[in-house]
Amino acid sequence: MKKYRIDESDGLEFGIYTLGDHLPDPSTGERISAEQRIHEIIEYAKLAEQAGIDFFSVGESHQEYFATQAHAVVLSAIAQATKKMKIASSSTIISTSDPVRVYEDFATLDLISNGRAEIIAGRASRVGLYDLLGYNLRDYEALFEEKFDLLCKINEEEIIDWSGEFRPPLTNAKVLPRPQNGSMPIWRAVGGTPASAIKAGYAGVPMFMAHLGGPASIFKRTIDAYREALVHRGYDPTQLPVATAGFFYAAETSQQALKELYPHINEGMKITNGQGFPKQHFAQGIDPHNIMNIGSPQEIIEKILYQHELFGHQRYIAQIDFGGMPFDKLRKNIELIGTEILPAIKKYTRKK
Amino acid sequence: MKIVGLSGSNVGSKTRTAIDYTIQTVKQKYPDIEVALIDLAEYDVQFSDGRNFLEYEGDTKYVAQTLMEADAIIIGTPIFQASIPATLKNIFDLLPINAFQDKIVSILVTAGSAKHYLIVEQQLKPILTYMKAQIVQTYVFIEEKDFYQKEITNDDVLFRINRLVEDTAVLTETYTKIREAKEAEYGF
Repeated sequence: MKKYRIDESDGLEFGIYTLGDHLPDPSTGERISAEQRIHEIIEYAKLAEQAGIDFFSVGESHQEYFATQAHAVVLSAIAQATKKMKIASSSTIISTSDPVRVYEDFATLDLISNGRAEIIAGRASRVGLYDLLGYNLRDYEALFEEKFDLLCKINEEEIIDWSGEFRPPLTNAKVLPRPQNGSMPIWRAVGGTPASAIKAGYAGVPMFMAHLGGPASIFKRTIDAYREALVHRGYDPTQLPVATAGFFYAAETSQQALKELYPHINEGMKITNGQGFPKQHFAQGIDPHNIMNIGSPQEIIEKILYQHELFGHQRYIAQIDFGGMPFDKLRKNIELIGTEILPAIKKYTRKK
Repeated sequence: MKIVGLSGSNVGSKTRTAIDYTIQTVKQKYPDIEVALIDLAEYDVQFSDGRNFLEYEGDTKYVAQTLMEADAIIIGTPIFQASIPATLKNIFDLLPINAFQDKIVSILVTAGSAKHYLIVEQQLKPILTYMKAQIVQTYVFIEEKDFYQKEITNDDVLFRINRLVEDTAVLTETYTKIREAKEAEYGF
């Protein structure tokens, strides 16, 4: 785990991620400016660090209702505004980027942040960027596989000889600067299905698994599939971390949490995905075995501990800000995490 | 309430004739219902390439979005080569897997002969069920001999279409009410 800067004796890492969505607050119908949204994301990261949260990440989506297309630039501001917290992308769409440029950006981010940067590389669930950046959607799989491989190779080797289909060859090339320790953690983003997880296992890289709702036990199968694939290819699963990421919302009671969160998820998804989140499914979100971490702080603690027991994962990453969540609600959630949830999680997951 | 009549093929006139009559019936019996027609023969719809339906452009986006915004869809389909036409299957492929959640879908079929009667049961309904539709179970099956010069000449077919329209409206209204009452119970 050391290679991935994870110390299991410290217990389960707790992180926060944002897609960088820029959506109206459904209670007012108003949308803040992109400028304000970006500043609030930076502020959100600062609050997270103050609360003792371990990790913060920002995603890229190249279309309307998103504000962090240039996520590496936003992360760079966060690097400057924080001191201890790990920072990463969630995800970097490597398929439509040049891995050389991505690595240069994130290695620089690692130096700015004194060795705190990580890359989570994904394929995009929204595909607007293919047209915008001049890629063919038909190459969806091939682009990702080739560019992800190259990104990992750049991370492992200082001098690169490489040739492929989607980028000019590299001969005796040096990709600079190098991260603080010569290399940096690179995770593969997985959408929650075993088929996708197996590919991360074959590649022998850490897995970042995003999920919506449903019983946690379903996602256990995905994690098992990942670890089996690792073993199959000769990797040691005890050396490769797993992160899970999904909806989180804490309030005084679970009913209050549902009430405050639901309109943001439902209306936000209508705009970004074309369909809301069925209320019936959402109501099941407070079940102790549902993977959505919605409820009172005590209920959330129990859920996360249950998930930890089930998954044996190294990092949990909460998404709280989707769908125009007002900043005071984010502040309140961070406060509940810092004062109640995080101390309990650490206490029970620390390895002695 | 929004109902869309979907004529599912690029070929021929029988399905369109039947859907036209169906839409007329909706308008006459339920003037408050908003009703729209999509005849796939009039739109240039591309093949599904797996993207989210919001990310298509032009006719493809219009057709997908209109269907997604409907409360009820009345599908009209001919039978080609012992199945539904590719144009109609493509519409299903363009939409998300749970596209028909909380929607009512009813069906009328036009076919060359009665030998194709069970195709809806065996091929179309499983797709609609998978996509989470609330299906009006009884469909209207119309044969070649029931048409003459772009008119339906069999009164029994007309009666059955009238009942299909009524069933669609009743089920949509009932289902919506029940769902709203249930959702109110959740208290959030």
